[in-house]
Amino acid sequence: MLILECPYCGVKAEETELSAGGEAHLKRFGPGSADDDFENYMFARKNPKGVHFERWRHSYGCGKWFLAARCTATLEVFGTYPAQTGEPPADLQAKIKAKRPDWKGY
Amino acid sequence: MKRYSVFAIARQAMSYHQGWERAWRAPEPKKEYDVIIVGAGGHGLATAYYLGKNHGIRNVAIIEKGWLGGGNTGRNTTIIRSNYLQDSSAAIYDKALQLYQGLSQDLNYNVMFSPRGLLMLAQTHHEVRGYLRTVHANQLQGIIKTEWIGPAKVKELVPIMNIDGPRYPVLGALYQAQGGTARHDAVAWGYARACSDMGMDIIQQTEVKGVRTEGGVVRGVETTKGYIGCKKLGIVVAGHSGQVADMAGFRLPVEAVALQALVSEPIKPTIDVVVMANTVHGYMSQSDKGELVIGGGTDSFNNFTQRGSFHHIEETLRALIETFPIISRLKMLRQWGGIVDMTGDRSPIISKTPVGNCFINCGWGTGGFKAIPGSGWAMAELVAKGEPGPLAADFNMWRFREGQFIDESVAAGVAH
Repeated sequence: MLILECPYCGVKAEETELSAGGEAHLKRFGPGSADDDFENYMFARKNPKGVHFERWRHSYGCGKWFLAARCTATLEVFGTYPAQTGEPPADLQAKIKAKRPDWKGY
Repeated sequence: MKRYSVFAIARQAMSYHQGWERAWRAPEPKKEYDVIIVGAGGHGLATAYYLGKNHGIRNVAIIEKGWLGGGNTGRNTTIIRSNYLQDSSAAIYDKALQLYQGLSQDLNYNVMFSPRGLLMLAQTHHEVRGYLRTVHANQLQGIIKTEWIGPAKVKELVPIMNIDGPRYPVLGALYQAQGGTARHDAVAWGYARACSDMGMDIIQQTEVKGVRTEGGVVRGVETTKGYIGCKKLGIVVAGHSGQVADMAGFRLPVEAVALQALVSEPIKPTIDVVVMANTVHGYMSQSDKGELVIGGGTDSFNNFTQRGSFHHIEETLRALIETFPIISRLKMLRQWGGIVDMTGDRSPIISKTPVGNCFINCGWGTGGFKAIPGSGWAMAELVAKGEPGPLAADFNMWRFREGQFIDESVAAGVAH
C-alpha cells in the first residue's frame, strides 16, 4: 500500500485516495513544434527502474495536483512537493543522491 | 531428441521412467551467434522457434536473466482469444489462436490447449454497444467467429452465474467458442525443448548488462557471463523492455505497471468456460487442478515489484462475488503480480529500432499470453528478413509519431 503525504493539506493519503498522473516535469510541445519534440512529449517516457518523479492528484482529498519522488523497484517514497516547480527541489535531489549513490540524477 | 508418445511412455515404464532425457540442454554461451534473443519467455522462445522452423536460422541463443518462462509467461491467467476490434490486432491474435490449435502436435509437447469457449460479459449498456461493435467488426474481418449472446444463453453456459445482480447485471456477452486456455508453463517448455532440439542455446541465469553497437549497428551484448557477439539482436523482455532499449540507446513509448492474479483453493468442476468481466476488472476460469484462476486489474502507477496493490484484488473479488455468489466462501491460495509493459494504444510493438539489426517485440501489456505463437511468428519474420511481414507491419514503434494507433484501449477499456 503506497502512502504519500499531500504537500498542500498535509494529509498522509494512501493510494486509493489518490490518482496517479504519470511522469512529472514533462516539457510540453504544442502545435508547430518539431515532430521529434512532439513525439517525445506525447509518448516517450523514462520509465526507470529506480528513482521516478511523478504526478499525483489528491483526488479524494483536497483535489490538488502534486509531485512525488518514488522508487519504482522498492516503492520507497523519497518525498513529495508542490506541482508548481520546473524540476525537483535541490534538497530532495540531495536526499535521493545520499540514499541512492548510483542514481544518475534528474 | 526422443519423441514423446504413448509408446515412449510404455517403453519408459519398463525401466521405471529413469531413462527420460532432459527436455533442453544447459549450454555455456558460444562467442558469437547469428541471432541473440534476449528473454526466454513465451514470446522470445516462440521467436527463436519460428526463426529455426520457418527461416532456417538455427545458430541462435536465447538469453534469460532468471529461468525460462519465469516472468509473465508463468504469471498470467492463460486466456486465449482473438476477438479484437482492430483489423491488425485481429489478424495477429487470430494467427496465434490458429497456431495454438495445432501447437501440441507441432511441438510434440502437450500444451493442454483447451478451447472451452470464452465469454466477455457486458454489464453496462456502454459495454453492450462496445461488444456489438466488436461482433460486427469481426464479421467484417471475416476470419474470427464471435457472436453476441443474451443473458439467458449466458446463464445456460455458466449456471453458477447470477445474472440479475443489482450493481452488475449481466446484459449479455461477447462469445468466442474457439477461445479458451492453455497450460502456460507448457507453452514455454514446449518451445524451449523444440528450440534446444534445433541446436539453439537457451542460456538461463544470465543477465544482459549492455548492448554493444558500432556505427549504429548492433555487434553483441555484454552479459554476466561475458561478451557474446551477434549479427542480429531481438529484444523480447516484456516488463523490462525500457531498460534493455536504454542499453541499446533508444527510448520506447512504454511504461511498466504491475498486473495481478490470484487462485482459489481447488474445488470440484463448477465452470467450464472462461469468463471475463471487464467492468469489474475480473476474469475467471477453472484450472485442471480445480483452482479458480482469477485475474485482476493493473496498478495505476509505474511499478517493478511483481506484487501489485491489495485494493485491486479486493475490488475484483468484491465485484465477482455478486456475479458468482458461489465463490464467496472460497479461500484464496496465492496472489502474485507480473510487470507488464503498456503502450499508449494498448497494442504491442513488433518493430525495427533506431539501432541497425536490433529488433524489438514488446508492449503486449496485459494480454500477451494469447498472442505467443503469432507474436513469435511475426517477430521471426522481422528478424530473419530485416523487414516486417504483413502481420507485424502495423505494429511498428513509429506509429505513435504518425498517429496511426491500433487503438485497443477503447475496445477493451481495461486490461485485456
